[in-house]
Amino acid sequence: MLAYVFYILSAISIGSALMMVFSKNPVHSVLYLIATFFSIAAHFIILNADFLAIVQIIVYTGAIMVLFLYVIMLLNLNSESEVSKSTIVKVAAALSAGLLFLVMVASFKESVALPVSEVVPGLGSVKNLGKVLFSEYLLPFEATSVLFLSAMAGSVLLAKKK
Amino acid sequence: MNEITSTIQVVPLEYYIFLSVTLFSIGVLGMLLRRNAIIAFMSIELMLNAVNLLMVAFSAFRGDAKGQVFVFFIMVVAAAEVAIGLAILTMIHHNRGSVDINALNKLKW
Repeated sequence: MLAYVFYILSAISIGSALMMVFSKNPVHSVLYLIATFFSIAAHFIILNADFLAIVQIIVYTGAIMVLFLYVIMLLNLNSESEVSKSTIVKVAAALSAGLLFLVMVASFKESVALPVSEVVPGLGSVKNLGKVLFSEYLLPFEATSVLFLSAMAGSVLLAKKK
Repeated sequence: MNEITSTIQVVPLEYYIFLSVTLFSIGVLGMLLRRNAIIAFMSIELMLNAVNLLMVAFSAFRGDAKGQVFVFFIMVVAAAEVAIGLAILTMIHHNRGSVDINALNKLKW
C-alpha cells in the first residue's frame, strides 16, 4: 500500500518536473514546480519528517513560488515569447544531462547501503528537531539571522532607485 | 500512524536515491536547455529540493535528526538566495529589457 503511494508520488514529482522544464509559458512552469514541491512535501510526510513537510509547503510553495509568480507578473513575462536555443545546443544539453544521470545512477548502483536503523518514533517532530537545532546547531541558527539581515539589506539596495 | 511510520521497511533507500538523481538531472537539463533566466532559477530550486529529499531520506533511514536540521538550513539559504536573485533579475530587466540568458554577455571574455 505504502509502496504504491511512493510510486504515485514519484511519478507526480518527475512528471511535473519534466513539464516545468518543457512548458513554454513561464506561469505554467511555476505551477508545475508548485506541484513538484507539493509531491516532495508528501514524500517528507511518508518519511516521518512532518515539520519539514509543513515548512516545505509554507516556505517553498507559499513564499518562494509566490515571489516567482510576482516577478513574472511584474516583468510581464507570461507571453510565450522566449526564443528557443538552436537545435545543436538543445541536443548537447539533453546529452549532458542524460550523461550526468547515467554516471550518477551507475555510481550509486555499485554502492553498498549502510544498515537501516529501526524506526525512531517522532524523529522529525517539532520537539525533537527543536532540541537538536537549539542545542547542537545554535550558532549556525544565529548565523542564518545575519544571512537574512544581509539578504534583506541587499534586496532593498538593489530595488532602490539610483 | 503506525502504517505511515513503516515506510523505510517498504521502500528501499535506493529508490529514494534514484528519485533524487532523476530530479537533480531534470534540474540540470532545465538549466542547460532554457534561455529564460527565471526558468533557470526554478531549475536551481528543483536541484536544491532533490538534495533536500535525499537528505531527509538518509535521515529517516539512519534514525538521525541532524540531516533534517541541515535541510532546514538549506531552505533558509534558498529563501535568501531567491530574494536576492529575483531582485537582481528585476534590475537586469529594467536595464536591458529582457531576462534572456544569452543577452547577459557583458562579463564574457
